[in-house]
Amino acid sequence: MDIERIKADFPILEERVNSHRLIYLDNAATTQKPRAVINALIDYYRKMNSNIHRGLHTLAERSTEAFEESRAHVARFIGDVPTEEVIFTKGTTEALNLIAYSWGEQNIKAGDEIVITEMEHHANFVPWVMLAKRKNAIIKKIPITVCGHLDLSDIDTIITSKTKLVAFPHVSNVLGTINPVQQIAAKAKSVGATVVVDGAQAAPHMTIRPAEYGIDFYSFSAHKMLGPTGVGVLWGRRSVLQAMPPFNFGGEMIREVSFDRVTFNELPWKFEAGTPNIADVIAFDAALTYLESLGMEEIRTHEIMLTKYAIDRLTSLKGIEIQGPQESATRGGAVSFTDPSIHPHDISTFLDSRGIAIRAGHHCAQPLMRTLGKVATARASFYIYNTEADIDALYDALVEMRKYFGV
Amino acid sequence: MTPSLDDMYREIILDHYRSPRGKKPLPHADITTHGQNPSCGDEISLDVEMDHGVVKDVHVNCHGCAISVASGSMLAETVKGRSFDEVRRIAEIVRKMLKGEEVQIPDDLGDIDALKGVRQFPVRIKCALLAWVTLIEGMKNYEDGKHEITNTTITTEDDHETK
Repeated sequence: MDIERIKADFPILEERVNSHRLIYLDNAATTQKPRAVINALIDYYRKMNSNIHRGLHTLAERSTEAFEESRAHVARFIGDVPTEEVIFTKGTTEALNLIAYSWGEQNIKAGDEIVITEMEHHANFVPWVMLAKRKNAIIKKIPITVCGHLDLSDIDTIITSKTKLVAFPHVSNVLGTINPVQQIAAKAKSVGATVVVDGAQAAPHMTIRPAEYGIDFYSFSAHKMLGPTGVGVLWGRRSVLQAMPPFNFGGEMIREVSFDRVTFNELPWKFEAGTPNIADVIAFDAALTYLESLGMEEIRTHEIMLTKYAIDRLTSLKGIEIQGPQESATRGGAVSFTDPSIHPHDISTFLDSRGIAIRAGHHCAQPLMRTLGKVATARASFYIYNTEADIDALYDALVEMRKYFGV
Repeated sequence: MTPSLDDMYREIILDHYRSPRGKKPLPHADITTHGQNPSCGDEISLDVEMDHGVVKDVHVNCHGCAISVASGSMLAETVKGRSFDEVRRIAEIVRKMLKGEEVQIPDDLGDIDALKGVRQFPVRIKCALLAWVTLIEGMKNYEDGKHEITNTTITTEDDHETK
């Protein structure tokens, strides 16, 4: 990949932050947007702004067509799944909540078991905990090993005939661990459980094929893969989606309403109540085109290279502790680390003063933080416009920071 | 204007961070209170021993960033020998100072003036306020005659008056 050419496509990378060139290493939180996506947003408002599916004028036709083309593009992007299996939400979190309310309310009963993991982001943790509370169901956890992988050694006692749902992340947002989706799905399916995978940290970085994993639901967010904020995707297996009741009511999800009878639209519109985030869904199409122009395999290769380089450089600093797997081939590009004597918030503030954006905190994964025995970590996460020079700048700033704090 | 790192991490702050005051545990605390900042996971525990309506001693145990540790250390130095009303007055001065409001800082408030630089970094104001908000909540509980341990979560709304 020609990184310098890619960088030129991202106007924000020309910004100066605290008098320094911006080095953006907070891509697990959200990615920057290429000019093509920004232009798609402008074009929508300049040329086709209109509500979709209900207008009978030219602008409505344009926006409806562009909106549905974006859905078709997502369907192609994730392995040529049927377009009716692609539901637009406002993000991964809403997609997971949709499953918890719609599927969960219908299918979970008292005494049922819901299996999650110890490395869960709150979005794939709290909806299930609240569902279990509503239904008197039981939450069970798959623990992690000291190396930050899921510990599947006791999987047969965790996933049992009582298990009705298994939910886990494809890639951990803190540890970077890539989980064996098919292996866990096969175990879950052997007891008849439904499987939910949070793909927010995987979809931007590698080829994903949810329909081939033996799972039922897969969710991800546009804004972590060059697209706009406020757009998420819920992929669901058609037979499962068809059996589920709507999540919200009103707008395009309605087919016919009378005072005594309401019927609902077909998939995927059954789950898209109200006016959706039209402009951003349409601009997501441009983001997918951009990613495809680079190639998801190439993106993954670039990320493995950067992750390896970052782990090597950071661990050469005495005392720096990196969470999660150390080998880059089995992890994503989110590298969480701690310095023994400097709090992650102070690390983040110092790096920001040098124009380097990282994340510091518990990363919305407080149960995992407790397991790791940390209150917070610093996290550098990479994407297509990052280079080894960015990691060198991070390293140099960390050395400077230690001098500054006198440790 | 670019915020100045040196204004926030002044030598006094770093000194309190490296050698926090109030580390000695109190075996006979009248008030025990915990606080946390959910945005970063910082946690603080305060034990306070009272004597005839004034703070006799305070033990501060903070797991957090340089700013929250230094602020807790300054609290330990400042509140000893003061009544609850005086502690509230100081907490309010700290809040106003951090929010950039006009406030006269009395000479007897030790190093607290050094926290002034934090106001250039709005996201860090909560770090500096954590110890103070936690102590105020613990005091309130004590005054209400409650003996359970207070658990305080600092939120953006805690930027408002500490009274």
